[in-house]
Amino acid sequence: MENLEQLVQDGLAAVASADNLPALDQIRVEYLGKKGVITLQAKTLGKLSAEARPAAGQKINDAKGQVEQAINARRNELETSAMAQKLAGESIDVTLPGRGQDLGGLHPVTRTLQRIERFFAKAGYTVEQGPEIEDDYHNFEALNIPGHHPARAMHDTFYFDPGTLLRTHTSPVQIRTMATSEPPFRMICPGRVYRCDSDMTHTPMFHQVEGLLVEKNVSFADLKSTVEAFLRVFFERDLQVRFRPSYFPFTEPSAEVDIEWGREADGSVKWLEVMGCGMVHPKVFEHCGVDSEVYRGFAFGLGVERLAMLRYGVNDLRMFFDNDLRFLRQFR
Amino acid sequence: MKFSEQWLREWVNPASDTHALVHQITMAGLEVDGIEPVAGKFSGVVVGQVVSVVEHPDADKLRVCQVAGGGETVQVVCGAPNVREGMKVPFAVVGAVLPGDFKIKKAKLRGQASQGMLCSESELGLSDSHDGLMELPAEAPVGDDVAEYLGLNDVTVDVDLTPNRSDCLSIRGIAREVGVLNQLVAEGPEITPVPSVHSEVVDIAVTAPEGCPKYLGRVLRNVDLSAQAPLWMQEKLRRSGVRSIDPAVDVTNYVMLEQGQPMHAFDRDEIKGGIVVRWAEANEKLVLLDGQEVTLTQDTLVIADHEKPMAIAGIMGGEHSGVSARTRDLVLEAAYFDPILLAGKARHYSLHTDASHRFERGVDYELAHNAMERATELLMSIVGGEPGEIVEVVSDEHLPKAHVIDLREQLVADVLGVEIDRTTVEEILTRLGLHIDKLLKGGWRVRVPSFRPDISIEVDLIEEIGRIFGYKNLPVTQVEGSLELRPEPEAMRPISAIQDFFVSQGYQEAITYSFVDPKIQGLIDPGHQGIALANPISADLAVMRTTLWSGLLKTVGYNQKRQQSRVRLFETGLRFIRNGDGIDQQPMLAGVVTGDQLPENWANGRRNADFFDVKGELESLFRLLGVSVDFSAGQHPALHPGQTAELQLNGQSVGWFGVLHPQVQKSLDLNGTILVFELFLNPVLSGYVPNFKEFSKYPEVRRDLAIIIGSDVAFADVERVVKQYAGERLTALRAFDVYEGESLGEGNRSLALSLFWQHPERTLNDDEVHALFDSVITALQKELEATLRS
Repeated sequence: MENLEQLVQDGLAAVASADNLPALDQIRVEYLGKKGVITLQAKTLGKLSAEARPAAGQKINDAKGQVEQAINARRNELETSAMAQKLAGESIDVTLPGRGQDLGGLHPVTRTLQRIERFFAKAGYTVEQGPEIEDDYHNFEALNIPGHHPARAMHDTFYFDPGTLLRTHTSPVQIRTMATSEPPFRMICPGRVYRCDSDMTHTPMFHQVEGLLVEKNVSFADLKSTVEAFLRVFFERDLQVRFRPSYFPFTEPSAEVDIEWGREADGSVKWLEVMGCGMVHPKVFEHCGVDSEVYRGFAFGLGVERLAMLRYGVNDLRMFFDNDLRFLRQFR
Repeated sequence: MKFSEQWLREWVNPASDTHALVHQITMAGLEVDGIEPVAGKFSGVVVGQVVSVVEHPDADKLRVCQVAGGGETVQVVCGAPNVREGMKVPFAVVGAVLPGDFKIKKAKLRGQASQGMLCSESELGLSDSHDGLMELPAEAPVGDDVAEYLGLNDVTVDVDLTPNRSDCLSIRGIAREVGVLNQLVAEGPEITPVPSVHSEVVDIAVTAPEGCPKYLGRVLRNVDLSAQAPLWMQEKLRRSGVRSIDPAVDVTNYVMLEQGQPMHAFDRDEIKGGIVVRWAEANEKLVLLDGQEVTLTQDTLVIADHEKPMAIAGIMGGEHSGVSARTRDLVLEAAYFDPILLAGKARHYSLHTDASHRFERGVDYELAHNAMERATELLMSIVGGEPGEIVEVVSDEHLPKAHVIDLREQLVADVLGVEIDRTTVEEILTRLGLHIDKLLKGGWRVRVPSFRPDISIEVDLIEEIGRIFGYKNLPVTQVEGSLELRPEPEAMRPISAIQDFFVSQGYQEAITYSFVDPKIQGLIDPGHQGIALANPISADLAVMRTTLWSGLLKTVGYNQKRQQSRVRLFETGLRFIRNGDGIDQQPMLAGVVTGDQLPENWANGRRNADFFDVKGELESLFRLLGVSVDFSAGQHPALHPGQTAELQLNGQSVGWFGVLHPQVQKSLDLNGTILVFELFLNPVLSGYVPNFKEFSKYPEVRRDLAIIIGSDVAFADVERVVKQYAGERLTALRAFDVYEGESLGEGNRSLALSLFWQHPERTLNDDEVHALFDSVITALQKELEATLRS
C-alpha cells in the first residue's frame, strides 16, 4: 500500500508527458485498465483486516480518480490542440471574391416606372396598357385635338399613313379604357411614346406615365394634393411644388407643375417643370361616353426619363437609349 | 412672342420690377422663357455730331473726323464708309467702356490722333448689324447719354404662349393681362379715324366669305417710301425681334405687334382691276415675298386681283404685288380669316410667319377697323400720302358670334374645390373684359369679348377664375371615395417578376428603340416586312421592329466596340407585325448573351456561355412562371441550323432560342458566339396556383444505366420511351453523363441515366423494380436501337 502514493505520482507524471492521444490511452490502460497497476492494488485488500479494508479501498479509489481526472484533462488538452492544428491547416483567404453569377440590373427607366407604379398602386390606381401604333382618333380627336388644332404642331408626330401614327402620349390608353368600362376610374398608363424630334434634349422615343382619376366629386384641389404627394414621395423630400396655369386641349383648367430645384444665381428658387395636369375636359368625357354632369376627373402626365434624370443625376437624355453597359450597371 | 418691357409699361405700369413682373405673368399662364437686355452693357457713349470729315493722309479706308458731343470737339479716326459731315452717331468718348469690357483710350491710327470711337449697332450690342455707323435722328440732342436717349435700360421678354392665348400675341393683349393681374387699367395710344381726302377706293370682292368673313382695304396715294421709320419705331420692332425693312412693312409689323392685327400692303399699280378674295385654282402659281415659287392647292385662300393671285391669305404676300421704294400708291389690307380653314396651310407650304401664327390661333374679329386707322395714321406720319375711304366687306353670317355662357356658381366651387364669393368672381370676369349680361339664380350669363376666342364653355370661365384667383390660393384636399380592392390573379406573375429573375441571372435590362434599321432587321427576320414610318427620323430608325433582336444585337455591337466582351441583356416590349389590314402589336421578351458565362475570376475560370447555360436559365424562368415549355430542334433564318430550339407551350410555338447564325453574326460585325432568345410574353404568363399533394414517406430506389445510342436520337425520345415503360411509380429521370468519342464508333454517343422510383404507400421490392428496369432496357434496345454499355 505504501507504494500507492508513488504509483499515483508516476501516473500523473506519465499523463503530463503524454503528447498524443494513443500514448495517453496507453497510460490509461497501464494504470487504470483491468490489469493496470493501480487497479491491481485492489487485490492487496484481501490481506487486510475487515476494519482496515474500507479505508484502504477508499484510498485506491481516490488514487484511480486522481489519475483518471488527469487523463481526461490531458485528453481534452490534446484534442483541443489537435483540432486547432487541423483547423489551422484548413484556413482559406476569405478576401478572395466569391464564385458564381454577377448581378444584372434594371434599366433606370424601368426602375423609375416601378417606383411610380408602386406609389399609385397604393392609392388604388390600376395600370393600363394600350397599343403604341395608334389611330388619329384615339391619339388626337378623342382628346379634343381636332385636325386643325394648333396643338398638333406641339406634337411632332410619326406617321405611317394619314390616319395611323405612333402615339405621342399615353393618353389614348385612358380613352380606350374609359370608352370600354364604367366610372369611377383610377388608372395610370405607363409606356413608350414617340415624337419626331432628336437632339441634345429630345429622343424620338421616351416614356410617359399618364394618370386619370374620375369620381363623382373631385376637384382641382384634390389634383393638387395627389401631385404634391407623389412628387414628395418620389424625391423623398418635402420639396416646394407650384402649379402654373397652362393649356392642354384635353384638360380645363390645366396646369404645369414645377418643383423647386436648387437656387438661381440671384438666390431665388430655381423651378423645374416636371409634370402637366388638369381637370378632364368635358369634350373628352363626351367622346368616351362619360356624363360630365355626373362625373369629374383629373388627369396628369409626366416624363419618366425627366424624373429619372433628376433623381439619379443623369445629364444626357440620350444615354438612356445607348444601353451602354457602363451606364446601365450603375442602376443595379 | 417677344416684347419690350418699356413698350408694355407705356400701356400699363405696375409698381413691380422686371423680375416680379415676369414672375407674375408666368404664374398667370404666360410662361416667360427668358429675358434679354436690349443692348450690351456700356458707359460713356454720348450723342456725337460729326462736324467735319477729311481723308486720312496715310490710309485709304480711314477718315479723320472732328466730333462734337464729348465736351470739346475732338479728332476721331473712323473707318466706317457711311460717316459724313453733320450726321449724329453714338460717340464713345475716351474713358468709355463698350460691351465686352472694351475700354476706349486715346490712340494714334496711322499717325493721326484719335480720341474716342464712333459706334455701329453691333458695337453697342444692339444688333449684329455691321452696316457702318448707327445713325441717330437729326433731332437727337448732342452730348446726351446714348443709353438714356435710346431708353436702353430695357429688356426683351420672350413669352412662350400656349396656343389658346392668341389674345396675348400683342402688346395690347399682354397689357390687358397685366392690368387684370394688378388691378390697373391698360391703355394704349388713342386711335382716331383718319378722314379720307379723296374718293378713290379699291374694288373688293370676297367670293370665299367662309374663309374671309371680313376684309378691309384702303388706298393711300402719293407716298414716299424712301423715308425711314423713326428710330423709336425701329427700336420697338428690334426689341420685339423684328427687323426694320421699309416704312410700309415696319408699320404693318408695328400694328401687328401693338394691336395684334396682321396687315399687308400692296402696290396699287400692280393690282389689275380690283381685289378678289377667293380659293386658289388648281396649280395656280405664286412667287412669294421670300422669292420662292409655290404651286397653290384649291384649299388655299388667296388674295388675288382680276388676273392672278397676289398673296396667300393670312400667310405671306407675293413678290410682284408687294411695295417697293418706287411705290407711289399703296393699298393697306386688314382682314379676319377663319382659323380653322387657315390651319395647317402655312405648314403645307413649309412656311411659318407672324401673320399665319396669329390667324391660325384666332385674331380678334373686331379689330381690323381700328388697326387700319392706326396703321394709316402711323404710315402717313412717315411717308405722307393721301388716304381714301376704308372699304369694308363683311359677311355677318360667317363672322364668329360672341360666345354667351351660363356659369354656375356651384360648379366653380366644385371644380376648383373652394367657394369663391360672388363679388370676387364678378370682379375677375369683368377685369378680364368678359361681360356679365345677366345675373342668374346661382350663377351668371357671361358674354365673351371678340379677343378671347378660346373661351367657349363653362369650364373655360372656371379656368379663368382659377387662374386670376391664383392656383396657389386654391386649397389642397385629399381625394374622397372608397377604394375598391381589385383581384390580383396569383397564377399570373407580373412582368416585374421576369425582370427581377433576369437581373438575378446577371442580365442588364436594355430599352432599345421600337424603330430600327431595315437592313439589320432584314438579316435577322427576313420573313417579316417591318412597317415603315412615313417620316422617319433617320434611315437607321425607319421601320418598326418585328423582333426585339434587331435592337438588342445592335446594342451588343455598340458594347463590343467599347471593350465590353461579356454582354447579357434582356428587353421586354412590343413587336409590330402587319396582319392583313391590321397590325399585331405583341408583347415580347427577348435576350442576348455573349462572352463569359460567369464573370472571370479565380473561382469561375473562363468559359464562354453556351446553349445549355442559357437553356438552364430559361428553364428556371419557366418554372418561376409555372409553365411547361418544350424545346425542340427547329430552323430559324437567323440561327445556327444545328443549334436552334423552337419553344412550345401546349403544342403552340411561343418563341425561339439558339445560337446566332455565324453568317448573320459576321454581317452584323459581332464577335464571339452569341445566344439569343425571344418569346411571346402573354402565353408564358399563364401559370398556376400551387396545390399541395401528400408526399411518400417510403424510400426512393435508384437504378443507373449507360447506353450507346445513335447521336441523331434526341434525349427527348429516350425520355419518352423510359417514361412509357418505367411504370407509374417513376418519380424522376436524369441524364448524368453524355459522351461522344471515337471508341463508340461514328455517329454514336453514350448516355448515362438514373431512374428513380417511389411508392406512396409502401416500400418497393427489388423484384418489381428490377422488372421495370428490364422492360425499360428492352424498350430502349428495340425502339431506339440502343445497346447497353458494359
